[in-house]
Amino acid sequence: MTPPTEPFIRWDWIVANLDDIGQRTWEHVLMTAIAVGVGFVISFGLSLLIIRWRRLAAPIIGVSGVLYAIPSLGLFALLIPLTGVSLLTAEIALVSYTLLILVRNIVAGFDGVPAEVVEAASGMGYGAWQVLWRVQLPLALPTIVAGLRIATVTTVGLVAVTALIGQSNLGSLIVQRGIRASFPTAILVGALGSVLLGLVADLGFVVLQRRLTPWARARSR
Amino acid sequence: MTSSSTSPAPDPLSGSPTAAAVVTLEHVSKRYGPADGPLAVTDLSLTIPAGEICVLVGPSGCGKTTTMKMINRLIEPTSGRITIDGEDVMSLPAVELRRRIGYVIQQVGLFPHLSVAENVAVVPRLLRWPEARVRERVEELLELVRLDPGTYRGRYPAALSGGERQRVGVARALAADPPLMLMDEPFGAVDPILRDRLQNEFLRLQARVRKTVVFVTHDVDEAIKMADRIAILQRGGILAQYDTPNTILAAPVSEFVEHFVGADRGLKRLSLGRVRDLPLSSPITARAGDARGDLRLRLEQAGAEYGLLLDAEERPIGWIGRRDLHGDGALAAGDATPGSPTLQPESTLRDALSVMLGSSVQLGVVVDERERVLGLVSVDAISDVLRAPTDR
Repeated sequence: MTPPTEPFIRWDWIVANLDDIGQRTWEHVLMTAIAVGVGFVISFGLSLLIIRWRRLAAPIIGVSGVLYAIPSLGLFALLIPLTGVSLLTAEIALVSYTLLILVRNIVAGFDGVPAEVVEAASGMGYGAWQVLWRVQLPLALPTIVAGLRIATVTTVGLVAVTALIGQSNLGSLIVQRGIRASFPTAILVGALGSVLLGLVADLGFVVLQRRLTPWARARSR
Repeated sequence: MTSSSTSPAPDPLSGSPTAAAVVTLEHVSKRYGPADGPLAVTDLSLTIPAGEICVLVGPSGCGKTTTMKMINRLIEPTSGRITIDGEDVMSLPAVELRRRIGYVIQQVGLFPHLSVAENVAVVPRLLRWPEARVRERVEELLELVRLDPGTYRGRYPAALSGGERQRVGVARALAADPPLMLMDEPFGAVDPILRDRLQNEFLRLQARVRKTVVFVTHDVDEAIKMADRIAILQRGGILAQYDTPNTILAAPVSEFVEHFVGADRGLKRLSLGRVRDLPLSSPITARAGDARGDLRLRLEQAGAEYGLLLDAEERPIGWIGRRDLHGDGALAAGDATPGSPTLQPESTLRDALSVMLGSSVQLGVVVDERERVLGLVSVDAISDVLRAPTDR
């Protein structure tokens, strides 16, 4: 198909396939969002359990650590007999990779709230849930958002790998168009697109955190 | 504040006539840990009259903080009864009880994510006050603690100094006009000079709002300065003595109390009195340019050793001894020995004595806020006050 004289990057191919690249970028974003979103909900629940019952910290963080350590391909291989070659398989793996990072950061965030602030809140008549939602959570936000940043950037990279089990995203540009067809332009578009997505997500969280925690910058004013 | 109102409406800051509560502790005990373990507070009974500052003081481990926290149920007593205006604290949900009690702690514990105004508004909002009333109250309180609302309202705690934070903490505790305030070493984390200033400010504030205050400290001097009544606790939360500062200093009931208040308790009683309580005597005064012989004559007639040289604004320059007034001619500013630091009517007798002992003439010069001479105090006047047996 490809003649040996072909240039390394074929801009005309990129232009001709913009719709397809856009579609796959969108799918990449969606898969990342689902993984981080579901991962965050699960992690938040697990973190509340840890905050309430400290004894649960070791087992929960231990299990998330083991999940985190399993290579992604290995995890897909383990899951395929159960959930098939599906989006579900891909998302289960992606979600399980977010847990360790998110649980650790959420718990660290809550632990970092100064004890005297919590004492003052209780002493003034906040109920236990009010202390949690109105005092501890806002103060834990910087650390929690920091966890979301790392988890998101990691997930953006891992989503590409799910192309190996047939998921459509920027990774499948690399796997199907690029490697199988020895077409470097597709590999570059897939890889650079994924990196760019990671950077944009990272920047997004920095902006989000500044918006959510104006008080954290009061000192420098 | 303007006094435009013609009706005898209560000062909005001191609130309704029920602005202070009587607190009683009846045989209160607290045990942490196993049922055969030691008691942290042992059979403690106290009555704290409305509108008074009761200081709980004692060495560490004496249960003073535990005692205070049992009043707002941050710690629940093992046995006994605590009432506020006759109402058992256990008869209310803890959260509701706490919203009726002001609470100030050593590290202040302002909410870093809320502005000064939002911090002060916390309890009124928990009590669902209408927003307009909350805003009005916040302004009032910031002014009360001498923080300009325009400047401070929108600031976050991270942008405040230690003293400003402490003031916001006091404003926040007073926000819903509680009849009772609990203060746990509120001035413990600031430097001594600022502490002295915050103490004076709080005393001035208290003279206005007249809350019942339970105040915990480990510092005897602070206890003596702040208290209407002091409860001295010893290890195990056993009440060693509960009385006015003056009685505790004049008549400690046990060796423990005597030891705890210190060997210098005679001196400490000096912190109870203020210069304004002393009789002032009039100095023999002169100005630069007056005739030396004239001053000498007046000193001889009065039987005084020293005259006080004043400047044109009636401010003291220094002392002139009778023996140094030889010959004639006019007095010059340079003839005077520069005096020791001046005293204000608000100075404690302890400070006054210290100044007098450092002065060559053993007299203290009391001045008004514009440094003009009001009169003299002597060591004798102070020792007369110390000999008087009763209250401050």
